Amino acid sequence: MTNVALRGRAWKLLEMVTTPLLPSDYLDLVSPLRAGADLRGRIEAVHPETDDAATVVIRPGRGWRGHTAGQYVRIGVDIDGVRLWRAYSITSPTSRRDGRLTITVKAIPDGKVSNHLVRRAKPGTLIQLDQPTGDFVLPPAKPAKVLFLTAGSGITPVMGMLRDTEFDDVVMVHCAPKPHDVIFRDELLGLDADKKLRLTEVHTDTDGKLDIARLDELVPDWAERETWACGPAGLLDAAEEYWTGHGVPARLHTERFRPAVVVTGDGGEVTFSTTGRTVDADGATPLLDIGEEAGVLMPSGCRMGICFGCVTPLKAGAVRDLRTGEITEAEPGVLIQTCVSAAAGPCDIER
Amino acid sequence: MTAIDPTAHLTAEQIEELGRELDAIRDEVIASRGESDAAYIRKVISAQRKLELVSRGVLLFSIFPPAWLLGTAGLSVAKIMDNMEIGHNILHGQWDWMRDPKIHSTTWEWDHVSPSEQWKHSHNELHHTYTNVIGKDNDLGYGIMRVDEDQKWHPFHLGQPLWNFLNACFFEYGIAAYDLELGKNLHKRRRNNPEFRARARAVGRKIRKQVLKDYVIHPLLSGPSFLSTLAATFTANLVRNLWTHSVIMCGHFPEGVQVFERRSIKGETRGQWYLRQMMGSANISGSKAMHFMTGNLSHQIEHHLFPDLPSNRYAEVAVKVRALFEKYELEYITGPLPKQVFSAWHKVFRLSLPNKKPAVRTPDREQELAAA
Ligand code: FES
Repeated sequence: MTNVALRGRAWKLLEMVTTPLLPSDYLDLVSPLRAGADLRGRIEAVHPETDDAATVVIRPGRGWRGHTAGQYVRIGVDIDGVRLWRAYSITSPTSRRDGRLTITVKAIPDGKVSNHLVRRAKPGTLIQLDQPTGDFVLPPAKPAKVLFLTAGSGITPVMGMLRDTEFDDVVMVHCAPKPHDVIFRDELLGLDADKKLRLTEVHTDTDGKLDIARLDELVPDWAERETWACGPAGLLDAAEEYWTGHGVPARLHTERFRPAVVVTGDGGEVTFSTTGRTVDADGATPLLDIGEEAGVLMPSGCRMGICFGCVTPLKAGAVRDLRTGEITEAEPGVLIQTCVSAAAGPCDIER
Repeated sequence: MTAIDPTAHLTAEQIEELGRELDAIRDEVIASRGESDAAYIRKVISAQRKLELVSRGVLLFSIFPPAWLLGTAGLSVAKIMDNMEIGHNILHGQWDWMRDPKIHSTTWEWDHVSPSEQWKHSHNELHHTYTNVIGKDNDLGYGIMRVDEDQKWHPFHLGQPLWNFLNACFFEYGIAAYDLELGKNLHKRRRNNPEFRARARAVGRKIRKQVLKDYVIHPLLSGPSFLSTLAATFTANLVRNLWTHSVIMCGHFPEGVQVFERRSIKGETRGQWYLRQMMGSANISGSKAMHFMTGNLSHQIEHHLFPDLPSNRYAEVAVKVRALFEKYELEYITGPLPKQVFSAWHKVFRLSLPNKKPAVRTPDREQELAAA
C-alpha cells in the first residue's frame, strides 16, 4: 500500500475515534496554525503609520501559499464576539524572509473592522485567513515605464508592488488630504531621494481634488506608461474616462475598494431556505447583511463584489445587482453574489 | 387544566404589557451580547474537549480500578457538557450571532445518537412552539405517558413508571426514536414513506458511528483494558442519560406546571405565548455548578421565554423574570433538583392510575381570554 493510502486509512480510523467531531477539532486546540488546518494567522505586531492607519504583521498558518504583489487577502476578525470578514491589500514584499505578511489598514469612519485593527488589535490574536487573490498585479514581464495613480489607502496594493520590484522608470501620483496623511511617506520620500521613484503628492486639503487633466502637466508622458490606479470610485471613474478618451484604455489597470451602488429598487420578503428563516428586506441592503442580521451563516469576503466569497444559489424570486441595477431571476443553477445583491421582490436564498 | 386557572386574574391588557416587558429584557441582552459571551462558549468547548481527551486517555488503563473510576467520571461529565451546555444550546442557535461556522446551529453535531438536524426539528420547532399543548407537544409524556388528569386513562398507563425508567436509561435512543416519531411512523403505510426512510437511515448511520466509537474502537485501543473500557463507556452513557432525563423531567413535569388544550392556543398573541411558556415550565434552584451541569436548563422558564439567548445569560435574566412573576402574581415554580425530580416522578406514578374527573371544570382558557 502506498504511503498516501496508508495515511488516508489512518485518518479514517482517527475520524472514527473522534466522531462526531473531527480530529482537527482537537488538533486546533493545540496547534491552530499547523499544516492541514483551516487557514488562520496570528497577529504579531501592529505598527502605526499615520493617525488613522496601521500596518498589521501576520504570521500565516502553514497552508499559506504566498501572494503576488498587488493582491489582497480576506481576513476574518472576531469583534465583540462576532466574526467579520474584510479584504485588505498585502503590503509586504513576496520575498519577506520571515514568512510574515503585512496588511496596511486605514480606519474609515464607522468601519468596524478597520477601526478595530488600527486601534485595538492585540498581538497574539488569532484571525481567519484566506488564500490571497486579485488580478491587480504586474504582468510577468516588467513594463518599461510605469505610473501609479493612487489616493488614500489606494496606495496599499501599490506599496506591495514597489517593495517587491525594482522599476526602471516609475512615477507615482498620490493624493491625500495633508502631508501627514500620506501612508508610508518616509519610505516613499526615501525611494524618491534614491531616484528609485518620482513621487508627486497632491494634498487635497490645500490643492483640492485632483483634476485628472492635470496629469498632462504632472506626468507629461502618462499615455505611454502602463498605469495602475487605486483609490475612491470618483478618481477611478475619471481615470477610466480619460484613458478611454485618449484611446489608451488598455494601459490602465484599476482596483476598486468599495462597490459603487447605483441602483436600488423594491425589496421583498427573503427566505433563507436551508436555515428556515424569513425576513423582510428593503431594496437597498445587500442580502449578505440581511442574512447576517437574521443569524444565518453567510459566507463573505470583500463585501464589494470582487472576491466571490459570498456566492449562493438563488432558488426562487429575483434580486437586483446594486452596482448595475441588473435583475437576476431564479433558475436552476443560478448563483448570486449576496454582498452586492438586494431583494427585488420576494426571493429564496439557499442558506 | 388544573382546577383553578392561575392566570385568571390577568386582563388581556396586562398580558400584553407582560409581553412587552419580556421583550425589553430580551432586547437588553441582545444589545449587550459580545466578546465575553463568545469567550465563554469557546472556553467551555475547549474545556469539554480537553476533559474528554484526558478521560479517554485514562480509560486506556481502566483495567486498574482507580483509572476506571477517574476516567468514567470524567467521560460522564464530558458527555453531559457536550449534550447540555454545548450541544443543546448551540443547536438552539444561541451562538449563531458569532458567525463562527464551527460554533453554529447549522453545522454542529453532538455526541448523541439523534442527528442534530432531526432533533432541531422536533425540539426547537415543535416542542418550543407548542410547549405543553396536549396533542401538539410530544415532549409531554413522550407519547408513552399520561401527564394530566384530563387525559384518558388506559391500562397501558399502569406501566408508565417502568417505561419512564427505561426511557431514562436509554434516553438518547428514546430521543432519536421520538425525533423519528417512530410510534406514528411504524404503521405500515408510513413506514415506506421515502422521507421517513431517509431520516431513519440517517439515525442508523449516526447510531452506527456512535456505537462503533464507544463500544468498539475505544475498547480496542485499550487492549488489555478492553472490557473495562467498554464498561466505562457504557456507564458514562448511562450516567449522562439518567442525568439529562432527570433535568429535562424537571423542566415541565413537576406538580403545578400547567398543560394546555389544543384549542387554547388558536390566535394566541405574543403576550399569551409568553404567558404559556411561563406557566408551562419549571426551574431547578442551586449552585453555579448545578446550573452549568444542567446546561442552564435549570433556568427552564427563562430558556422557554428566550430559547435563543446565550445560556450564560439566563442567570441574570432570571432575576428580572422572577420579578415579573411577582409583579403579575404568578407562581414561579422552582426547587432543588431532588425535590423537583421527586415531584415529577410522583406525578408519573400518580397518573399511572385512573382518577375521577376533577369536580370543578375550569372554563376553557380561550373563552376566558376572549371574555377578559
Ligand atoms: S463578498 Fe466578495 S464578492 Fe461578495
